[in-house]
Amino acid sequence: MKKFDGIVYFYGIWVAVLVVLPLLILVLLSFTSGDIYDLSSLTLTLDNYKAALDPSYIGVMMHSLWLAFITNVICLVIGYPVAYIITGLNPRIRNTMVLLILAPMWSNFLLRTYSWMLVLGNNGPINSVLESIGLGTVQLMYNNFGVILGMVYNFLPFMILPIYLSLTRIDNALVEAARDLGATSKDVFFKVKLPLSMPGVFSGTTLVFLPAITTFVISRLLGGGQYVLIGNLIEHKFMVQNDWQVGAAIAVIVAIILLVVLGVLRKLARGRLELSLW
Amino acid sequence: MVKPLKRILIGGLLLFLYLPIIVLALYSFNASEYLGRWEGFSLKWYGALFSNAEIAEALYYTLGVALLATIIATAIGVLASIGLFYSKAKIKKHVMTANYLPIVNPDLITGISLMMFFVFFRARFGFSTMLLAHIIFDVAYVIVVVMPKMMQIDFAQVEAAMDLGANQWVIIGRVILPQIKQGVLAGALLAFTMSIDDFVISFFTAGNRATNLSIAIYSMARRGIKPYVNALATLMFVGIILLIFFINRINDSKKDNENGRLIG
Amino acid sequence: MKKRHLVVVLIMMIAASGLLTGCGSDKPVLNVYNWGEYMDPEVIQMFEDEFQVKVNYKTYPTNEDMYAKLKSGSAEFDVVFPSDYMLERMIKEDMVAKIDMANIPNYSNINDRFKNLPYDPNNEYSVPYFWGTLGILYNTTMVDEQVDSWASLWDEKYAKQILILDSSRDSIGMALKYLGYSLNTTSDAELAEAKALLLEQKPLVLAYVVDETRNMMVQGEAAMALTWSGEAIDLAAENEDLAYALPKEGSNLWFDVAAIPKNSPNQELAEAFINFLNRPDIAYLNASYVGYSTPNTAAYDQLDDEIKSADSYYPSDDVLDRCEVFYDLGDYNDVYHELWLDIMIDNK
Repeated sequence: MKKFDGIVYFYGIWVAVLVVLPLLILVLLSFTSGDIYDLSSLTLTLDNYKAALDPSYIGVMMHSLWLAFITNVICLVIGYPVAYIITGLNPRIRNTMVLLILAPMWSNFLLRTYSWMLVLGNNGPINSVLESIGLGTVQLMYNNFGVILGMVYNFLPFMILPIYLSLTRIDNALVEAARDLGATSKDVFFKVKLPLSMPGVFSGTTLVFLPAITTFVISRLLGGGQYVLIGNLIEHKFMVQNDWQVGAAIAVIVAIILLVVLGVLRKLARGRLELSLW
Repeated sequence: MVKPLKRILIGGLLLFLYLPIIVLALYSFNASEYLGRWEGFSLKWYGALFSNAEIAEALYYTLGVALLATIIATAIGVLASIGLFYSKAKIKKHVMTANYLPIVNPDLITGISLMMFFVFFRARFGFSTMLLAHIIFDVAYVIVVVMPKMMQIDFAQVEAAMDLGANQWVIIGRVILPQIKQGVLAGALLAFTMSIDDFVISFFTAGNRATNLSIAIYSMARRGIKPYVNALATLMFVGIILLIFFINRINDSKKDNENGRLIG
Repeated sequence: MKKRHLVVVLIMMIAASGLLTGCGSDKPVLNVYNWGEYMDPEVIQMFEDEFQVKVNYKTYPTNEDMYAKLKSGSAEFDVVFPSDYMLERMIKEDMVAKIDMANIPNYSNINDRFKNLPYDPNNEYSVPYFWGTLGILYNTTMVDEQVDSWASLWDEKYAKQILILDSSRDSIGMALKYLGYSLNTTSDAELAEAKALLLEQKPLVLAYVVDETRNMMVQGEAAMALTWSGEAIDLAAENEDLAYALPKEGSNLWFDVAAIPKNSPNQELAEAFINFLNRPDIAYLNASYVGYSTPNTAAYDQLDDEIKSADSYYPSDDVLDRCEVFYDLGDYNDVYHELWLDIMIDNK
């Protein structure tokens, strides 16, 4: 729309200069070898990409995708009903609820993760309760359960918020019209509310699935180092091995994969529900 | 849905979300400095907090950057969402894809790339570089949340306004914004959430002048996070909860006829 | 409308806390970059008062983070506190300045044993700050046997009760020392043996941790942990169940040192600060606050006899002789890192 062209140009330039350009530096580095602080020593090469495509790294990537997928599914399964219920609440309570759900994410990440480690530990409260009722201790940490719990915990609010947003603005007139036409409550949900809340589900998924693939602190702390995810790998390359070039190559590959995934999600959302997000 | 079931689900959710918060608050009163070893009740960590200059500085930067970044990023993000929503498919696609980059990339990549970018332009590292970095990734999140809201706009009103010759700012301010108000607030909330607890990007764009709570706390990890950090977190939480109730009180007294719509 | 009021209030709060930081002063500034909780705030205050300067004190979580910031040129500091291997790397990459030792008369307080170390053979670039060893922290109520050898960390009796460090040089070093090799070896064969040994250990490991050791051990979640003496002693002091052992095969001797980056804006003041840190009363304050082993004899003399005689804190010379300091192995470093990555990723 012509009226908003100015804004679009502004933002286009913003994104190009402040988001894309800085990343281009890393992308360029990924094609070089030599000392990155001595530009004259750099030569072009594809070696970094060869190193990045090491089979064990591919396994790590698969594992990361899998973990993020499970996290997303669980967040969806819990998050959608919760968002739905909150939408049905008194408008005054709704606001408070949303804030209350996001608020734990304002505490320091390390602090709350250490607290979880205390809670989940073999000597922690949960296991104490389990023991006292005769179930014995269960290993709740340093395994899949602990990692997924940590992931879900830190991503759930970001699934709930967008879904809630999309559910709240569903025009009551539509619901009434459906009812007038003889729809049952079930119909109203599946044929009116669910489709109209898909933009929210899409947003929620992008806010959970994508970042979940590249997080690594959660898996490192709650997984006890047994879960090397793609985020750990990139961090190891950059910080421990001081090999920014291979690290950048891995990051580029990951970004491409994720943008492709995003494209697929977008097609899915668009194809079935006429989402015109972009 | 059955009412008690709803209550259980929501109650369970809140318990789940607040369990670690309750634990960390509990241990802020621990006489021992070790998490997990309760040695009696003590307020000493709260006392220690008030004479700690390093934490005060960190708090100042954390709040300052988070609040400013939220306000600015929300403004930019909302405008960008509006502009992009009504733009041509090709532009929309490319810009939106680029917009997802901060979300798709690990923090480390965003942080390091911005650090190198700022170094290249000989920027003076400190509050401003940190702030700019925060705005950059916050905008991306704002757009993700506001865009879907754009779909729910009654375009007829926009058309009518255009027909009546209104300029872009009037259309945005008078017609569009009121309809996406919840989205804007949610975007701001999300931006704030992302900014208030950021470590990696802040660390690399801080230079030697700036810092924030996350940096201070992560830097303590090797030596053990002393409970005065728990005390600070607890105080911040109490403050936030009070703020939430305060906001509610204001809204309640403000309108009895209007449908209360802060977020929804 | 109300939101605007809130914003104003919040901005006022920020401004208020900003006042606490005392922004804006025309005294000379000393930029110090250190680990978190690694210096007594009183010491900083005393330096500011005595020298009439402002200390800009910032913190970092790991050597690598500090290195990345310094190398990028995004931050200038006057004094930093790298670990031994990191200092060596920084010397090689010309990132640190030579210290004019004439400006650091208190250097005489440093124990001769801690001079002329491999990472700085001519004492030109650093002054030791704290030191320690790498060893085994164990819970005496959970471990019946005598713990005096690295073998304990391979004891199947304690399967899934052992914590190992997620740190390539340290953990590979543990295996190398157990095998009787140097932890600075560049022999592929020796490293291959170490790798095999570490893979054998993996099923027994509860978790590979970084900083969580202290919490886990205090909570009794593990029976043994590979960890550094500083942390171990802290814990053992608080918790009678915990004890620290330096294995008889020998171990690693580590140092955190004070150094001056090449691009320091104020080297003179930096040297004055390092000298100040080694004044007997100041060194003692820091030693008490941090609780790690101090290289400063004047400070050491003021410590309680109980601490001085503690083996874990201040092991005897013959024990120390069996410990090695890490060398920076140049390109060969990467072999260690890749090896560790392989072990971490390994899922068999």
